Amino acid sequence: MQIRRAVILSLAFVAFVAAPFGCAALAQEQEAPPLQRWSFHGPFGMYDPQQLQRGFKIYREVCSTCHSLKLVAFRNLADPGGPNFTEEQAAAVAAEFKVQDGPNDQGEMFQRPGRIADHFPPPFANDQIARNANGGALPPDMSVLAKARGFERGFPWFIFDAFTQYQEDGPDYIHALLNGYTDPPKGFTLPPGAQYNKYFPGHAIRMPKPLSDGQVEYTDGTPATVDQYGRDISAFLMWAAEPTLDARKRLGFQVFVFLIVLTVLLYFTKKRVWHEVLHHPELLEPRPPTEYRRG
Amino acid sequence: MTTISAAEPSRRDFLLVATGAVGAVGVAALLTPLIGQMEPDASTIAAGAPLDVDLAPIAEGQIVKVFWRSKPIFIFHRSKRDIDSAREVNWHTLPDPAPDSARVQAGHEQWLVLIGICTHLGCIPLAHQGNYDGWFCPCHGSQYDTAGRIRQGPAPANLALPPYKFASDTTIRIGETAPAKA
Amino acid sequence: MSGYSIYKPQNPFMRWLERRLPVASLVYSSFIAYPTPRNLNYWWTFGAILTFMLGAQIVTGIVLAMHYTPHVDYAFNSVEAIMRDVNYGWLLRYLHANGASFFFVAVYAHIARGMYYGSYKEPREVLWILGVILFLLMVVTGFMGYVLPWGQMSFWAATVITNLFSAIPWVGDPIVTWLWGGYAVGNPTLNRFYSLHYLLPFVIVGVVVLHVWALHVVGQNNPTGVEPKTEKDIVAFTPYATVKDVFFTAVFCLFFAWFVFYIPNYLGHSDNYIPANPGQTPPHIVPEWYYLPFYAILRAIPNKLLGVIALGGSIVLLAFLPWLDTSRVRSAKYRPLYRQFLLIFFAVVIGLGYLGSQPPEGGYVIAARILTAYYFVFLLIILPLLGLFETAKPLPNSISESVLREGVPVGASAPPPSGAKA
Repeated sequence: MQIRRAVILSLAFVAFVAAPFGCAALAQEQEAPPLQRWSFHGPFGMYDPQQLQRGFKIYREVCSTCHSLKLVAFRNLADPGGPNFTEEQAAAVAAEFKVQDGPNDQGEMFQRPGRIADHFPPPFANDQIARNANGGALPPDMSVLAKARGFERGFPWFIFDAFTQYQEDGPDYIHALLNGYTDPPKGFTLPPGAQYNKYFPGHAIRMPKPLSDGQVEYTDGTPATVDQYGRDISAFLMWAAEPTLDARKRLGFQVFVFLIVLTVLLYFTKKRVWHEVLHHPELLEPRPPTEYRRG
Repeated sequence: MTTISAAEPSRRDFLLVATGAVGAVGVAALLTPLIGQMEPDASTIAAGAPLDVDLAPIAEGQIVKVFWRSKPIFIFHRSKRDIDSAREVNWHTLPDPAPDSARVQAGHEQWLVLIGICTHLGCIPLAHQGNYDGWFCPCHGSQYDTAGRIRQGPAPANLALPPYKFASDTTIRIGETAPAKA
Repeated sequence: MSGYSIYKPQNPFMRWLERRLPVASLVYSSFIAYPTPRNLNYWWTFGAILTFMLGAQIVTGIVLAMHYTPHVDYAFNSVEAIMRDVNYGWLLRYLHANGASFFFVAVYAHIARGMYYGSYKEPREVLWILGVILFLLMVVTGFMGYVLPWGQMSFWAATVITNLFSAIPWVGDPIVTWLWGGYAVGNPTLNRFYSLHYLLPFVIVGVVVLHVWALHVVGQNNPTGVEPKTEKDIVAFTPYATVKDVFFTAVFCLFFAWFVFYIPNYLGHSDNYIPANPGQTPPHIVPEWYYLPFYAILRAIPNKLLGVIALGGSIVLLAFLPWLDTSRVRSAKYRPLYRQFLLIFFAVVIGLGYLGSQPPEGGYVIAARILTAYYFVFLLIILPLLGLFETAKPLPNSISESVLREGVPVGASAPPPSGAKA
C-alpha cells in the first residue's frame, strides 16, 4: 500500500513535469492519418488475396513506371499467404517484364523476358537515371515501403497500440497520402515542381497525384475510386513488405496456446513443489550439518 | 532434502510427467526452425529450377558444359563413330555395367547428357581425352568412354545421369523427367 | 564452496568421471543442493530469465549469421532475404530483434530488484560491479547489433554514437577515425562491428560465469535483507527455485511471444526499413527504447564533453552504489524514505526514456534537465545522506521469523498447525 502510494506519487510527479511541455510540441505536428480497417489487422487478421491481386494490378499499371520492387520475386506472387496467383500466372507476369542478363558471349549485357525466379526489374537502371527522369527526386523502392513509413501516435495511444496490436501505421499513411492531394491552404508557398499533400511531412510532395477515379479497371465489381485504389495498393505493399504475415500469425496462435498450457502446468507444478515448505515447514527433514560462509 | 508426503503420489507424478512432456514437445518444436533454416532457402530452390538448353548450336562431336543446380552438366552431340564405339564393347565386362541404350533416351541416341562430376572424389573430368575418346579425370586418372561409363581408374561408377527430357527435338529441359510411357 | 549436501555418484561411469573432472558435483552443489533463501519472490527469477535470453540470443544470432552478409552493398538485402527466403528466417530475425529488447526488459527488472533490496551491499559489491560490467557489455553489443541491418537508423546511430568519442580532448578525433576505419562510418565499420557483435556475447558468457561464481560465494540476498542464519531459512535450489524460475520464464515467454508474433516491429523504428543513405539524415535520430534514458541525459547537457561524461557517468556511477549508499540496512522494505526516493528514481528513468524519444525542443529540454538533475542528485547526494539520517523500520530477526511473523507462512492460505506435528 505504501509502495502503491509512492508509485502513484512518483508517476504524478513525472507527468506533472513532462506533460505540459508535451502538449506544446503536439501543436506543431501534422495531422495524423485516419485509421483504416485492414483485413490483416489483429491476431487473426490475414491478407485478402482478391485485394492483393487488385493492388498488384495498380502497381503493374501505375506505380511500376517509376517505383521498383526489387526485393520481390515473381515466384512470390504464387506463394501461399499472398495474391494466390498460380505458378503459370506468375510465370506469365514474369514474361511480360524485361530483365537484364549477361554478359553474353560477346561480352554484352542484354534484355530477356523475365523468368519466375527473377525479381521485379527496376524501371530505371540506377538511382541517378531515376532522379533525372523525376525532376531530381528519387521514387523510393517499394519492397518494404509499408514498413518504412509510419507516424507518431503520441502518448497515450502508443501504449494502447501494444494491446490492440496496431501495426498498420504504414498502410494507413500510404492510403492517406494517396487520398491527401488537395489545394494548398492560403499563404502556403509550394516549392516549384511539388504538389500539396495533407499528410506528407512538410506538405510539399514531388510525386504528382498518381491515381484518379476509374484509372485502373477492376473486373470483380469493386468500386474504381481513389479511396479503394489507396486501400488495395496499401494492402499489396504491406504484403510486399511482410509476405509471411499469415504464417506468422498462424504460428503465433499455436505458440500461444502451447505457452498458456505450459504456463498453467508449471504454475500447478510450482504450487505442488512448494506445498510442504509453505504449509508444513516442520515436516522438512533436517539437512546434514552445513556451514554457511556468509558475510 | 524434503519429505514427499505419502498422500497423492499419483497426482503429483501425473502433473510432473505432463509438465515434462509438454516442455519436451516445446523443445522439440524449437528445433524445427533452428535446423530447418539450414535447408536450401526459397531463392536457392528457385535458382535450381529446370533449365532449358537449345541443342541446335551444338555441332556433331562437340561437348558443351552448362550449370544446373551449381553442378556441371556435359551435353555431348555424339557422332556415329562415338555411338558405335560405345556399343561395340561387351558392356557386361565393364566396372559399372550399363548398355549404351541405358545412357541415352530412345530416339535421341546422339545426345548424351551427363553430370560432369567424377564419381571418385568429385573433380570435373576433361573432355575428349583419355584412351576411350570420352573423358579423363586429371585428379586420379579415371577414364570414361563415349557413353560416360567408367573404364579405367579408381572411380567406382559411371558418370551420373541428371533428370532431363526433350522439350522438343532441339531443346532439352534439365531438371524434369519425361512422363513414363504407358 | 561450503560443505553442504555432497554429491555421491552411484553410477560407475559417473564415479569414473567425477574423479577426473568433477563437473557433476559442481553442477550438483551449484544448482541442485545449493542453499537458497526460502522467501525469494519472483523478482529473483530474472537472473534465470537473463540466462535464458542470453542463450536465445546466441542461438538465434548464430543461425542468422549463416545468412547475413556484412558488406554495405549487401547487408540490407541479406536481411530481407532472411525475412523472405530463408526457412523460418522471419521468425529467427524477429526473435533476435525482439529478443534484444526483452533481454533489456529482464536486465532492468534485475537491476531494479538489486537496487530495491540492497543486493549491491556488503559482501556483494564485486557481484554488483560484475553486473554493471555485464550491463555495459550488453549496451555495446546491442548497439553494434543494431548497426548490422544497415538501415537509416543503423547508419546514423552509428555516426552519432561514434562521434561522441570526438568529445574527448586531444585524442578524440584520432580515436573516432580509428573506430571508423575510415573518414566516416562505412564498410570497415560495419565489418568490425559484425566481428565484435559475434564476439562480445561470449565475453558476456564468461563474465556471467564470474557473476554466478561471485554470487555463490556469498549467497543470495532476500527480500528482508537479513542473511540466512539457520536451516529453517533455506531450501535447496532444486526443485524450489528451479520450478519458480522455469514457471516465470514461461510467463516471460508469453509476453515475448506477443511481441514476436503479433507486434514484431512495435519496438523498432520504421526508418530502419530505409536502406542507409550517408547523404540524408533522418528527421529524428532515436536509438532503441532501452537506450532512451541515457540518450535523454546526453542531450540534456548543453556542453558536448560534459554531456558525454554525464552519459558515461550515469552508468559507471551505478558501480559505486555500494559505497554511495551509506545505510547499513539492505532492503527498501524497511527503509521508507529510501523507498520513496527510489521509486521516484525509477519513475524519473522512465520519464527520461520518454523524453529521449521526443525531439529536443521547447519544454522537453527543460523537463529532461530536471529529470537528469534528479538522477544524479539521487545517486550522489540523497543516497549518502539517507544512510546517515534515515531511521529504518525494525528488521526481523531471521528470514523464517519474517515468514512466520503474522502467523502465516509466506504464500500459504492457512495458518500453520500450532506446535505438534500434523
